[in-house]
Amino acid sequence: MLTTILRRLLATIPVMAIVAVIVFSLLYLTPGDPAAVLAGEQATTADIERLRTSLGLDEPYLVRFGQWLGGVVQGDLGTSIFSRRPVMDLIVQRLEPTIALTVASLAIAVLIAVPLGVVAAWRSGGIIDRLAMSFAVLGFSLPVFVLSYLLIALISVELKWLPVQGYVPIAYGFGPFARHLVLPAMSLGIVNAALIARITRTTMLEVLNQDYIRTARAKGLSVRRVLVRHALKNAAVPIVTVIGISFALLISGVVVTETVFNIPGLGRLTVDAILRRDYPVIQGVILVFSATYVIVNLLVDLSYRLFDPRIRA
Amino acid sequence: MSVVTARIPVQRRRGPRQVWQKHPSVVIGAAMLTVTVLAAVAAPWLGTIDPQAIAPFNRLEAPGAQFWFGGDLVGRDVYSRTVYGARVSLAVGAGVVVGGLSLGLAVGLLSGFVRWIDQLLMRVMDGLMAIPSILLAVALISLTGASLQNIVIAISIAEVPRVARLVRSVVLSLKEQPYIEAAITSGTSFVRILWRHILPNTVAPLVVQGTYIFASAILTEAILSFIGAGTPPATPSWGNIIAEGRTVFSIAPHIVLFPGLALSFTALGVNLLGDGLRDIFDPRFVSRK
Repeated sequence: MLTTILRRLLATIPVMAIVAVIVFSLLYLTPGDPAAVLAGEQATTADIERLRTSLGLDEPYLVRFGQWLGGVVQGDLGTSIFSRRPVMDLIVQRLEPTIALTVASLAIAVLIAVPLGVVAAWRSGGIIDRLAMSFAVLGFSLPVFVLSYLLIALISVELKWLPVQGYVPIAYGFGPFARHLVLPAMSLGIVNAALIARITRTTMLEVLNQDYIRTARAKGLSVRRVLVRHALKNAAVPIVTVIGISFALLISGVVVTETVFNIPGLGRLTVDAILRRDYPVIQGVILVFSATYVIVNLLVDLSYRLFDPRIRA
Repeated sequence: MSVVTARIPVQRRRGPRQVWQKHPSVVIGAAMLTVTVLAAVAAPWLGTIDPQAIAPFNRLEAPGAQFWFGGDLVGRDVYSRTVYGARVSLAVGAGVVVGGLSLGLAVGLLSGFVRWIDQLLMRVMDGLMAIPSILLAVALISLTGASLQNIVIAISIAEVPRVARLVRSVVLSLKEQPYIEAAITSGTSFVRILWRHILPNTVAPLVVQGTYIFASAILTEAILSFIGAGTPPATPSWGNIIAEGRTVFSIAPHIVLFPGLALSFTALGVNLLGDGLRDIFDPRFVSRK
């Protein structure tokens, strides 16, 4: 098992290397002078030159890439143009709200989507199935921020049950922390549930047609046991895969949700960096999010063994 | 050369009525999309005023008889801005579909036919897919400046990997088919094989994928405009109307609500159309994300 994990971890290196090359090369691939664009319209020639030196744009591409990659490998993501602080420090400071939001949203998405997909497949063609699939199409079409504002209008403004926005660190008590997290996590969770629910239904439909399901029912097992132990377990691999893929959607959603609810996480950091044209910060956040995506999908790959003993990767 | 047409058994012509009965979502989706397209095209004649005109007395005005969707933060007419906003969304959607599909088609064909470049291209696509598309677009736009053209390019690039993989898998599976092997053996030129056998088989999956790309592109444009890396403020787009209304949401929710509904309505129409087309064509390989 340990060797498998190590081997898989090594296999992610080429992907990460390509991500690094792309993220780094963007500065060079874009037409025009990036230093001038980043410095803004009011910048003087001296400002632009200073920025060019600090970004290392005056050095040859390969030399600069070597320096940059050397830093990244050691956890040095460069320095913010705006605050002049190390990008890594800025990211670490903003990590807690983003992790909390991501984990909570993912949990909500899975808790909504999997039971919904299972029931829809079990009663396919029925009213629950139709409702579930309408919900799925709606989920693809409803932008996160529209759902967020609808929920705020209903639950925070009308009913006054939950705070409109903001974030309270978990260290200040679980109650306030959870109260502030519920709405953003629900918005993001509901939107992301759509894709997972759909795949769950499709896969379950296939599995429920298998002979062993009929056998299980025929020998008198309860519906619940057949659905969960026999069907869902066999449908797990595609479901877990799509959860891994939907993680990319979740990351985009985090950036938006944090803006709507004024949560000081990595998404806010990115949005502030856009307004300040702080490219090193954007670069750093992209690297961190992409690495997370790759690792999440590595975990998904490894989890296949739990569901399907035939897979010995 | 005589062409022998194979008779396909019991395939009746599909009239509009049959499509409606068997695939109502195509009709509903197409109708919804048509509404948005008509609104975008006929914007000046739909009772709109100049979407940039500022009327101070109309600041944060609630929706009413004179201003149907109310007024925004500086007193511009939200109805006119929402109707004109359809133009930006549809233009971005169409641009990304064309850009993403043609780039993806090129990469996919190259990858499917040229073996030595396949591995390299697919690893680059893996890398590109690992970068969240919003952030890739944000990075590109912060480096090139916000303009409609740059937004289309940025979102298109993010869509390329999925299209490329789709085209590649179509090519690889077709290459195994006996009729393609027969064509190669009998000396048919590569261009002809491509044109007569490969490309027609990519049409159905690409049409379906294209509708999903369209829906995802208009949502992405709105998100980019919402977080301040999208359409410049001078052009009304659904995303930046919502962004401007964000700060006053609790006192004037209509500014966010109407463009939000327009956006969801259009995306829903396109998604329904895509799902219906998928049921009709039943292409393999298409994936939503």
